[in-house]
Amino acid sequence: MSTRTGRKVGTPQGVVGTSPLRPDGIPKLQGRFEYAQDLAAEGMLWAATVRSPHARARIASIDIAPALAIGGVHACLTADDVPGRATFGLEHPDQPVLAAQEARFWGEPVAVVAAEDLDTARRAAAAIEVGYEPLEALTDPEEANRRDEVFRRMRIRRGDQSVRGAVVVEGEYEVGMQDQAPLGTEAGLAVPDGQGGVDLYATSQYVHVDQEQVVASLGLRPDQVRSHPTGIGGAFGAREDVNLHIHLCMLALHTGRPVKMVYRRSESFTGHVHRHPAWLRYRHEADRDGRLVRVEASVVLDGGAYASTTSAVLANACYFAVGPYTCDSVAVDGVGVRTNNPPCGAMRGFGAVQVCFGYESQMDRLAHALEMDPLTLREINALETGHPLATTGQVIQTPLPTVEVIKSLQAMPLPEAGPSDLPTELPGGSGLTSEPQHVTRGVGYALGIKNLGFSEGSDDYAQARVRITDSGAVVETAAIEVGQGLVTVLAQIARSALGISHVEVAHVDTSKIDSAGSTSASRQTQVSGGATLEAAQRLRERILGQFDGDVLDDEGVWRGDTLVTPWTALAAGDWEETVTFRHPPTTMTDDNGQGVAHADFAVAGHRAVVDVDVELGLVKVLRVDTAQDVGLALNPQSVRGQIEGGILQGVGLAVMEELVMGEGVILNPTFTDYLLPTILDAPEVEALLIEQEGSWGPYGAKGVGEPPTISSTAAVAAAIRAASGREIERVPVRPQDIALP
Amino acid sequence: MIVELTVNGEPVTARVNHPGSLLDLLRDDLGLPGSKSACEQGECGSCSVILDGALVCSCLVLAADAHGSAVTTVEGISEPGALHPVQEAMHRAGAVQCGFCTPGIVVAAADLFAVNPHPTATEIKEALAGNICRCTGYGAIVRALEGAEIVADR
Repeated sequence: MSTRTGRKVGTPQGVVGTSPLRPDGIPKLQGRFEYAQDLAAEGMLWAATVRSPHARARIASIDIAPALAIGGVHACLTADDVPGRATFGLEHPDQPVLAAQEARFWGEPVAVVAAEDLDTARRAAAAIEVGYEPLEALTDPEEANRRDEVFRRMRIRRGDQSVRGAVVVEGEYEVGMQDQAPLGTEAGLAVPDGQGGVDLYATSQYVHVDQEQVVASLGLRPDQVRSHPTGIGGAFGAREDVNLHIHLCMLALHTGRPVKMVYRRSESFTGHVHRHPAWLRYRHEADRDGRLVRVEASVVLDGGAYASTTSAVLANACYFAVGPYTCDSVAVDGVGVRTNNPPCGAMRGFGAVQVCFGYESQMDRLAHALEMDPLTLREINALETGHPLATTGQVIQTPLPTVEVIKSLQAMPLPEAGPSDLPTELPGGSGLTSEPQHVTRGVGYALGIKNLGFSEGSDDYAQARVRITDSGAVVETAAIEVGQGLVTVLAQIARSALGISHVEVAHVDTSKIDSAGSTSASRQTQVSGGATLEAAQRLRERILGQFDGDVLDDEGVWRGDTLVTPWTALAAGDWEETVTFRHPPTTMTDDNGQGVAHADFAVAGHRAVVDVDVELGLVKVLRVDTAQDVGLALNPQSVRGQIEGGILQGVGLAVMEELVMGEGVILNPTFTDYLLPTILDAPEVEALLIEQEGSWGPYGAKGVGEPPTISSTAAVAAAIRAASGREIERVPVRPQDIALP
Repeated sequence: MIVELTVNGEPVTARVNHPGSLLDLLRDDLGLPGSKSACEQGECGSCSVILDGALVCSCLVLAADAHGSAVTTVEGISEPGALHPVQEAMHRAGAVQCGFCTPGIVVAAADLFAVNPHPTATEIKEALAGNICRCTGYGAIVRALEGAEIVADR
């Protein structure tokens, strides 16, 4: 063993609390980063999907002969060709891999084809003759509720149900159907392994659950299917559910050739689940001092044709139906209905977004009725650590700085009185649509709360492996990097815990490591981060114990001033540690919705400043400032990126983003007609990160991805209400809602 | 038909059998996947390239119409082995998340800086109004490019 003395004392580079540059940044900037869309393999075929043009129809016949007659077509598969389980589903396997007797939503896959090239595949898909007999589509959620077509009902009763308050406000609110609209559409490549198994490289937020569903529907052994993380152009919830995954594997095994499929944008709009549209009824009762004494809420979510995650989204909507406020008498009734509308499921905020628009609109109404400042009302009722959640009664154990969020928003300076005379800053933009004298300014506030991690007794875990390499260490994980920066933050955690500067993250396939769970519920930094931290800590302790050292750094193991084991010697050993991390357990709630349903919570608040041309119904969102509970910001630059991006998605839901439905048909499945915020629509954002120790996340970190999206929508709606004097009972707010109420 | 054009300074010839776009030609026939396909209708700018000096959505240009043209894609926006100042600035500012819009934004921003080395925030926003980013909220992109002149001047 070589030894030398004189350790250079220093902090390793790129640890937690700093903002090291993304390892995938330069490849992405140069166009060299490989996305699922860019994958190719020798001898690859292209696939295309046949989709139902009806919201509901009986499938009387499918004739694939005309497609097979086209040169270069290798396979046309229908429901009859599904070798294993005929259905799939993230929580309940109720969705046919390919529709058999009946198509239940517009765009539902009916058949898939594989051909030598994409054009041939699409021609073949068009040539398949499907005999549809259109049936009456159930598209009205109220009617579905009456017919008891439901995925789940929720009933929450907490406290004395007879309590009444001196001041009562009631309201009905509606939230339109939002789309995640990730820039990269669904895409993937399946490669047969020549021994009956298959390797899948496809857009995903959760490769292990994809793999399980492929295994079931292909009737294979688990070891025959490997699902590989691949480059993804955004997710936001759209990639939790299977879409092309089983189809690709079926086609690859049927043809014996690698098969690739990429959805077009219009297909993508039908190929993934959406944010549930919601109908909310609220009754808030308070005493004259503004204390909430009773909240009643009714929540209706349209789950569409298949279950996806409707049960969990509904639960979240109901559990957070009162918001970050205390109240000891609560009644919430919720239902997620089954219709022939497009399936809805996960999108950033997962049920907490919809109800936030409802309860925050109510809090403003209550403040108005009480002639009270809206933030003061919120502060009086603020839910903090040690308080029971108004709905489930779960006592909040981790830090919840609701009052600090409110005080931070109060302290933020307002912009100069407007409007600006710059045309680009006026409602309607540079088209010189609005005149400054017709523009009024409004300021609105909203707070939101959401759980972090999976809920209701899910066994929520993540496995990570930390391995010593020649250059430092590698973190192996199946957790998916969707753009949020997990690839950076896991390395930071391992650097901090090991005390070294060189750590890389390797996203490995399902055969190499156990599940990391989904990249959703704001959970990976806490859960996969927790696994990484524990693995790195254990590895460091074992190494130091083995060599009787006291410090590990980039040079190796030190005992006092002496390098007792240089890195080359460490790297020659077989040093690795694998950890499965679980967060504090949760339970399913009882018949009254009571219980410890959640592992952690985060609170955030937003203040929106808007200019509105009331006559034209046009809105310019100038600023959305925020204070957010982050635990500890492991990577402040990434946290700010999540906040700014999340806020803009909230702004989108507030003023422009909606999938417009006509009898179950999406009328605007294109980027021309589904409006996404551009750089000119983006408000200025001042973000205050509130850091407090005490969460179980690594170094006290909390997930940060969803809170920015939850209350930003409600804050913008409140600001529009303040500027226009309109009630604003639905989002997105359309010009006619302002100009022609 | 045979399409001859110059891509990133190199003359190339491709046999185009499809009625496809310049984007298809670049991605599928010429092996340049940096330009991204996201909306197929010229709404999102992910496929932005410079065609004979003009910033265009390559998804809206018929491949055959590019015959005889000079095209610069994200792969050719900087000198080999180097970063364009726009790329450097975006990297440092944290302006990249999922990265799918990023090549298009790099091309559009490089086009802006070629004619306006010191753009204001408003000019940056006007120049990138045709590029949709779903991840960043654009804040880091504006901050990056407001500072990019410093890098360009070095």
